[in-house]
Amino acid sequence: MILAGVDGDRAWRLQDYLARGGYSALKKIISEKIPPEAIIAELKTAVLRGRGGAGFPTGLKWSFMPRSFPGDKYLACNSDEGEPGTFKDRDILRYNPHSVIEGMTIAAYAMGCARGYNYIHGEIFEIYQRFEEALEEARAANLLGADILGSGFSFDLFAHHGYGAYICGEETALLESIEGKKGQPRFKPPFPASYGLYGKPTTINNTETFASVPFIINMGGEAFLNLGKPNNGGMKLFSVSGHVNRPGNYEIPLGTPFSELLEMAGGMRGGRKLKAVIPGGSSSPVLPADVMMSCTMDYDSISKAGSMLGSGAVIVMDETTCMVKALERLSYFYFEESCGQCTPCREGTGWLYRVVHRIENGLGRADDLDLLNSVTGNIMGRTICALGDAASMPVQSFIKHFGGEFQYHIENKKCLVSPEVQYEGSQIYVSPSC
Amino acid sequence: MLSQESLQQIDREVAKYPADQKQSAVMAALRIAQVEKGWLPQELIAFIADYLEMPAIAAYEVASFYNMYDLEPVGKHKITVCTNLPCALSGGVHAADYVKQKLGIDFNETTADGKFTLKEGECMGACGDAPVLLVNNHHMCSWMTKEKIDQLLADLESK
Repeated sequence: MILAGVDGDRAWRLQDYLARGGYSALKKIISEKIPPEAIIAELKTAVLRGRGGAGFPTGLKWSFMPRSFPGDKYLACNSDEGEPGTFKDRDILRYNPHSVIEGMTIAAYAMGCARGYNYIHGEIFEIYQRFEEALEEARAANLLGADILGSGFSFDLFAHHGYGAYICGEETALLESIEGKKGQPRFKPPFPASYGLYGKPTTINNTETFASVPFIINMGGEAFLNLGKPNNGGMKLFSVSGHVNRPGNYEIPLGTPFSELLEMAGGMRGGRKLKAVIPGGSSSPVLPADVMMSCTMDYDSISKAGSMLGSGAVIVMDETTCMVKALERLSYFYFEESCGQCTPCREGTGWLYRVVHRIENGLGRADDLDLLNSVTGNIMGRTICALGDAASMPVQSFIKHFGGEFQYHIENKKCLVSPEVQYEGSQIYVSPSC
Repeated sequence: MLSQESLQQIDREVAKYPADQKQSAVMAALRIAQVEKGWLPQELIAFIADYLEMPAIAAYEVASFYNMYDLEPVGKHKITVCTNLPCALSGGVHAADYVKQKLGIDFNETTADGKFTLKEGECMGACGDAPVLLVNNHHMCSWMTKEKIDQLLADLESK
């Protein structure tokens, strides 16, 4: 849908988007004078759930905006994609930026916003530049700006780049960052719908969420819902990384069996055995191979299996992976990226990293697993934002499912998987199709 | 302190935000200043703050919070390799080791000739392209096999 057949060099250009039927949803809304309430109702029928990670119903979120509020209202797109394993928004902006612009313009119309910002991850600066060009194209064609297509509706949209801070993917940190401050999350409530950017009502959605909107308007909410499964409407992009033959993005109906997704990604590299999968980005609990192989790729199935669909980032690990080493790297990431505002997270992520690090390096102590569980227990639910929980869930789930491997490390001062096997398994690998 | 061209670029950024919210342009302004000067000495950060009519400490907070700003001099070419888990499973660490070996430096070091600085990066949102590295923050290089690393370093060396 969003990425179907759009991988050519010029596919991102306005002309190509128009040739694919682009901006027809916006034109339909304008020419048929579809009321904002009807657009929001359509999204609710579609059961479009936020594609950034939380899976919150988009229609419901839009209905929280005080449409009749007389002052400024803002719209923000969260393209600050830095959750390890996730790389779908980059491809959407790279190959189909106008779908995001159109989706945001429809959202602005539905919620009465006059101005919006797309916050783009700093590390993909070339994509930020491309998005700015796409904005220029849309402005020149009067699809953006004052009095869009003579409708009397005005909306302007700008690109804002990050510069290396994972935390800005948290929606209130993102707003702080647009305001030109450190990206430190705000207390909620008040929620952004009442106190957002510059203190004004603001709605923030993920890139893929916005990009799905034009399709829903065109095909109707019911048809979109039916692409997926009940309570899990539509198609979804899955970023598959790790030990597969063809890492990449795969856009499939929600509810597709994991085994089919694995097959699409070329199966296991070197025909090796699947060991574990992180199904929804690094913050979601890891699942062992057998549990994962019985899951379908949708919010409800993955949640039932004890994890989260999150952003749809599927990190595949085979039998050559040392689970302690894998967790050590993730724990370092959260330690490095904690914004430092809340003591349990700032100090706790350091504790988690240092303890996992010493286990990995043969210095683990008999009570270290209890210590790790105690630290996570003291972080979770005690911080302003979800980063503390995100740092804790991998630790808890790695210990829960692979505790034996951690125990082996502590008792034998070495990895269960021999270093030679690990070394071979993590060699530089580039798919021949790249 | 900055060229006319850089100042014009900053003005274009300022125009994206409401008139009373110039501070919103600070991230872009610091980036533009860093591109021109190579890194961000305190006087430059203070200049940007002044230009955007915000306290110098607020601009410094931003410059020190986001990790792509360099508060110390770096080599002509800064190379940042992602070693996070998804990249590591496809050779991110091996690629970083190879760059270290080729340049004879470790992470956070600069070659004696001042040409290269090497950094370890966090997730760049391009895990499917592993191994991934950034050149001078803005240019992403994907699927970096040893051959491609050789080629890249040779190209940068001659620049």
